[in-house]
Amino acid sequence: MIPAPVEYTRAGSAEEAISLLTEHGDEAKLLAGGHSLLPMMKLRLATPAQLIDVGRLDELRYINADNGEVAIGALTRHTELEHSDVLADACPLLKHVASLVGDPSVRHRGTLGGTLAHADPASDLPAAVLALGGTLVAQGPNGRREIAATDFFASYFESVLAADELLVEVRVPSGGGGWNYQKFNRRAQDWAIVGVAVADGGKGIALVNMGATPLRATAVEAALAGGASAAEAAAVAAEGTSPVEDGNADATYRKHLARVLTERALNAAG
Amino acid sequence: MKLTLTVNGTTHTSEVEPRTLLVHHLRDNLGLTGTNIGCDTSSCGACTVHFEGQSVKSCTMLAVQADGGEITTIEGLADQAQQAGISTGDQDWHPMQEAFHQCHGLQCGYCTPGMVMAATSLLEENPDADEGGVREGLEGNLCRCTGYHNIVKAVLQAKGGA
Repeated sequence: MIPAPVEYTRAGSAEEAISLLTEHGDEAKLLAGGHSLLPMMKLRLATPAQLIDVGRLDELRYINADNGEVAIGALTRHTELEHSDVLADACPLLKHVASLVGDPSVRHRGTLGGTLAHADPASDLPAAVLALGGTLVAQGPNGRREIAATDFFASYFESVLAADELLVEVRVPSGGGGWNYQKFNRRAQDWAIVGVAVADGGKGIALVNMGATPLRATAVEAALAGGASAAEAAAVAAEGTSPVEDGNADATYRKHLARVLTERALNAAG
Repeated sequence: MKLTLTVNGTTHTSEVEPRTLLVHHLRDNLGLTGTNIGCDTSSCGACTVHFEGQSVKSCTMLAVQADGGEITTIEGLADQAQQAGISTGDQDWHPMQEAFHQCHGLQCGYCTPGMVMAATSLLEENPDADEGGVREGLEGNLCRCTGYHNIVKAVLQAKGGA
């Protein structure tokens, strides 16, 4: 499968990428690692007229821990998260979840900013950033703005980024209590049928593939805060969710998985 | 648009449509048909090549994304090993190729170029990979013949011999 004809420009800086976005508007798509966008273009699910390649913007490829938080450049690749000594100390959840995305060759190309902006509710890293209570930094023609991860995801494959904005940085708190990630799938390298990310000893819990966006399991968080046990809290994990039905699972089974995986994740997180 | 790629040590300048996938450029424009197309959806790994030293699935990369970069395909692996002074066996192959040969790490052979390229990248990244690490590290490469046992054996032998 070959994508439909498209124009291609490689941006030399974040500013150039934003100016190209401003020029081309809705006709343009940003290309980072391309491992979500190119498959969609091959299937004609996406038919942008203009690609703006930001994949070589090394200025947006870094992992820095400072002042109680970790700042990660949006174009940092999954493989760099997976092998990061900084994350091993400061945010092991993110390092671990990155190591479970796709397969090694996919992780050599895919980027943190790309997977967040793609906003697939079945992806691993968006839920991890959501559980961590991360902050996303978007840059547009008028400068930068910060968006809480809880406000970032709008719907299936939709974020609140404006058409002329580039995601430039992701910040997550460093340290924190116990963490765990449960990813349930039937084939290696597949997306999660359901996943659960637990951060900071249960203060942040997010669900993968349980609705139109990655979801905070607010009922579970509230139950834990009120003194419930892991088993009691996990029993409400499916509250407020609206999972898809597909060839892998119906909604009832996904809700069952959410409860079971949440209990496992909470127990493992300690 | 104009594209310059160094493939297996040789620099090629070509005119390509931006939508050209890297695997099509390698096979159709440069005649390097050792890289196979399998699923065409970045699942099977048959099209795995090295871009800047790391395994990538060339069906899920535009040729123009690699502009100015270095690619190694299965055709260039033995030469690369010879230059590094690690080639082995009667054919002066890369140790991974020799190990696949000795361990019978293939049956039909369709997945083999991608499997060898993924396996060399895997050991580059994780030189101490044990059997479990090899199996997990090759999760992005599908073989429908072997059941993987001899492939894993080959990678572990190459690790010992490289």
